[in-house]
Amino acid sequence: MRVLKWTALPVVLIAIWWFATAGSEEFYVPPLQTIIESAPDVWTLDRLRADVLPSLLRLLAGFTLALIIGIALGVLIGGRPRVRATVEPVLEFLRAIPPPVLVPVIMLFAGIGDGMKVLVIVSGCVWPILLNAVEGVRAVDGVLTETARSYGLTGPARLWRLTLPAAGPQIVAGARQALSVAIILMVISEMFAASSGIGFTIVEFQRSFAIPEMWTGIIVLGLLGVLLSGLFRLAETAILGWYHGLRRAQKG
Amino acid sequence: MLNVEGLRKTYTGDGRAVEAIRDLTFTVPDGDLTCLVGPSGCGKTTLLKCIAGLLTPSGGTVTLDGTPVTGPPPGMAVVFQEYGRSLFPWMRVAANVELPLRQKRLPRERRRELVHESLAAVGLADAHAAYPWQLSGGMQQRVAIARAIAYEPRVLLMDEPFAAVDAQTRADLEDLIRGLWQRLGVTVLFVTHDIDEAVYLGRRVLILSSSPTVILEDLPIDLPAERDQLHTRATPRFTELRTHVYQQIQAAKNTVHADR
Ligand SMILES: Nc1ncnc2c1ncn2[C@@H]1O[C@H](COP(=O)(O)OP(=O)(O)O)[C@@H](O)[C@H]1O
Ligand SMILES: [Mg+2]
Repeated sequence: MRVLKWTALPVVLIAIWWFATAGSEEFYVPPLQTIIESAPDVWTLDRLRADVLPSLLRLLAGFTLALIIGIALGVLIGGRPRVRATVEPVLEFLRAIPPPVLVPVIMLFAGIGDGMKVLVIVSGCVWPILLNAVEGVRAVDGVLTETARSYGLTGPARLWRLTLPAAGPQIVAGARQALSVAIILMVISEMFAASSGIGFTIVEFQRSFAIPEMWTGIIVLGLLGVLLSGLFRLAETAILGWYHGLRRAQKG
Repeated sequence: MLNVEGLRKTYTGDGRAVEAIRDLTFTVPDGDLTCLVGPSGCGKTTLLKCIAGLLTPSGGTVTLDGTPVTGPPPGMAVVFQEYGRSLFPWMRVAANVELPLRQKRLPRERRRELVHESLAAVGLADAHAAYPWQLSGGMQQRVAIARAIAYEPRVLLMDEPFAAVDAQTRADLEDLIRGLWQRLGVTVLFVTHDIDEAVYLGRRVLILSSSPTVILEDLPIDLPAERDQLHTRATPRFTELRTHVYQQIQAAKNTVHADR
């Protein structure tokens, strides 16, 4: 039943795509059948290694860095009301800047290598994580804080056993937003200046009018997004099992 | 010995000052079970937090065995009024009880022992692996109590711990506290707004006025040490004592109104 629920809509959509484009003469919208047939030739193991893997590694590096920076700063800022009041408007401003705008700026001083692309991802991902971490740390329950204090929970133990778990649900919510931003920025950074990567490949196909191949790239990108959000969900279930249980218990 | 001397607390903030405690002086000898009874809003929680070192008094001092309390003193455990929010929802019951023991750097074996003993003592021997939110309110409060006694405190502060549990559970928990107190020889300061509860539990009852708070009377409870819900509460002496406490609190309300 569950499997059916998850797969029903995709199957219907694919079927619609398949029949709507079957026998299409339109150059830019080839039949789905043509697209699928060209996929195995395009996405060979070599290509996966040469283009998908580097993209993924940069995505992972950028996302992880953003997590570390966002959580660390979030804990520092969120636990100090004065600092928070001073810094929060600035953070909101920075968050409001659409990250792709930063690509040309970052290229200026970080060049066009992997470093630039990772930096672009970090610069976009860090805000939702940071702002959510600040809010999560700020909102730690007062009774819990006093309990921790009265039992002498201080320093690292306090961080690991009180602050981080308490802010966990918020941080994870921020990380989920950050992940979709990361995927977008991974592609965009590769469209600007690159010699490898999924985004680069798609643009290359488009420039050489290899339209079915271009479409396969877009589909691969979509599948990658699904895969990553699936992995994220697994991690979330592991980390926030208690929270989902608590929520269910409260709903009764 | 716990010593409270000339304690004052005025909350300031938002350009408004709330005088919660005016002037409190009392001592709790080692091994005593003292109940503090007073109307809601009279500053009982405020007093307890000052004693626990969680709140800085505006004046006066709190000393524990001669040492001034400036922060949470070691050897003191607090059971909060809001028990549901004082348990860590991301930890199972056993981990919740064990956490303070880790802070005390007790060896693993000893920690396990204490967790087992204390959960058994509150009748939750089979709840180790549950999360707090899977338990009823009364059970959650018992976990908080188990955590406090596993800590082996010399002083146990309890802030209206049974205010939100049903009558039957409440009676059981009252007997539990008396039992633990007799067995462990710990000093207990028990705060409540319930007059019957104060008289039933305490070896002594401190009656607080309504805010700004002073002590109206320090009343020894001369009921026998062995108490039980059915018979103790039915004795004429119990009725006398509770009536006395009730009258004191009523009288205090009137005088406070008079001098306003
Ligand atoms: N953080 C606070 N800021 C300002 N006023 C407070 C604060 N906490 C308690 N009060 C006030 O102090 C008085 C005593 O409160 P409290 O100690 O909670 O009473 P009780 O526990 O006896 O019900 C009340 O009038 C309450 O409104
Ligand atoms: Mg209170």
